[in-house]
Amino acid sequence: MKTTTIRRSIGRKALFAFGLFVSISYVAPFLLVLLNSFKPKFDILSNPLGWPKQFTMENFQQAVEKMNFFRALINSIIITFFSVSILIIFSSMLAYYLARTKNRFTKTTFLILVASMIVPFQALMIPFMAIFAQFVSINNRVALIFFYQGFGVALSTFLYHGFISKIPSEIDEAAAVDGANDFTIFWRIIFPMLRPITATVAIVNSLWIWNDFLLPRLVLTRDTQTLPLSTYLFYGQYSTQYGQVMAGLLLAVVPIIAFFLFLQKQFISGLSQGAVK
Amino acid sequence: MSQQQRSRHRKKFLTFGAIPLSIFLAVLVYPFAQGFFLTFTNWNGFKYTKLAGFNNYIKSFKDPAFWTTLGFTLKFVLVSLVLVNAVAFGLALLVTSKLKSSNIFRTFFFVPNLIGGVVLGVIWQFIFNTALVSISGKFKLPFFNDSWLNDTNKAFWALIIVTVWQSSGYMMIIYITGLTTIEQDLLEAAKVDGASPLRTLAAIKVPLMAQAFTIALFLTIRNGFMAYDVNLALTGGGPYRTTELISMHIFQEAFAFGHFGTGQAQAVLMFLMVAVAALIQVAVSKRMEVQS
Repeated sequence: MKTTTIRRSIGRKALFAFGLFVSISYVAPFLLVLLNSFKPKFDILSNPLGWPKQFTMENFQQAVEKMNFFRALINSIIITFFSVSILIIFSSMLAYYLARTKNRFTKTTFLILVASMIVPFQALMIPFMAIFAQFVSINNRVALIFFYQGFGVALSTFLYHGFISKIPSEIDEAAAVDGANDFTIFWRIIFPMLRPITATVAIVNSLWIWNDFLLPRLVLTRDTQTLPLSTYLFYGQYSTQYGQVMAGLLLAVVPIIAFFLFLQKQFISGLSQGAVK
Repeated sequence: MSQQQRSRHRKKFLTFGAIPLSIFLAVLVYPFAQGFFLTFTNWNGFKYTKLAGFNNYIKSFKDPAFWTTLGFTLKFVLVSLVLVNAVAFGLALLVTSKLKSSNIFRTFFFVPNLIGGVVLGVIWQFIFNTALVSISGKFKLPFFNDSWLNDTNKAFWALIIVTVWQSSGYMMIIYITGLTTIEQDLLEAAKVDGASPLRTLAAIKVPLMAQAFTIALFLTIRNGFMAYDVNLALTGGGPYRTTELISMHIFQEAFAFGHFGTGQAQAVLMFLMVAVAALIQVAVSKRMEVQS
């Protein structure tokens, strides 16, 4: 008995060491970026893994300016915030309608929404751009937010639908007897009950829209570009300015990691629910 | 249905469903359907004058570059499917093995997933092109002497490494969800019966979380076909367009070379591959779920 306990404790220690090694290697690339963002260029080339011989903030000043960091950050925030808020409003209402009104039309609609989730954006992006080119040229940020409604509504509605189906419809009926109309019933009574799934919908969509690259690349212009776009363009132009690139990458990564660490529990539980589709 | 009920239904549809469904139709369904149709015409990106049968498809299949892309993509999807899920499942087992620091580990594994593929690709381009080359020069490691991204075969593995690193954290979350829904009593019973950890894994854990596998496998296949950001930022398709995955190939075909018809034909083929993969995979998994 005693030897097995000892063996088990050695096993646990080995497992821990292994876990530690793997988890460090998962964050190592970010540490490398962090370390190098404070070095002057020659130091990066001669010594990419070492501690900075001299710390410089110059890289950050240059990167903030050249990639238009704050403008890109604000664009990202605006686009993500409005797209996700509107998605929550539209898809929760649509899901409520589809879950509560059972007829052939709503059943078919729901099936089409679910099936549409396997369609990759690339499968339709060429005709998509041909159709919407004019709309995009009027106001591309508004256009992008509009597009995200179309591409995001299926998954969000699906998530809400599963949740709403579990809420007994007696609640709606009781409110209807009291004279409330459908709109009031939904916003006053049902929507507040959807909080956990709203958190999931918000997180899943925020992560997608915040990091999305292909659609914004097709739609946005220089003044309206989001963080992933400005990072990419900045890199394309100054790829040999290693220090500045490292600083730019760090700036691009920090907002979302900070947000994640702040809301870690919600993120993990939200994403695990969002994935089980 | 009475008149009154019907009008109530219509009102409910107009209040709750009309706007999002119209946007869905306009943004997704209509371009998707039109995309199918246009591949059978002589569309040039602006207009078409006549039907052209299977011309765009035939042209695609006669293009050797498309075959290169197709082979590269299928290899990428297959290898990333196996490795992402093997690593993710391993991480999930590690994190759920009641280690003290498993929460911190989980966070670390998940972090790459928070960040967009373009940023990740640029980071790894620096690692492969600069950091590793410099280190290998210092320590005389022949393995990284020349950047991996200069060689098609090594660049493939570079893409795989970054993809596994990026998406294993997310798939891990799915597997953790699957593992934690298994009832503890069952695992206790297996332990009492003297089942080894490996046997418990094969006979109880894996069959009981078939649904998690279904989801994770489908998502990896779909992500594999859709992969664009990492491809663009890491290899840019190079050297000499030999590492272009199908997404990038479609993009180039249409928006760089103006071949809208063949580009869209290839996009339709890509959709069909995803759809077939999804159908086969769901059918197989359903059978497994029923058996268990």
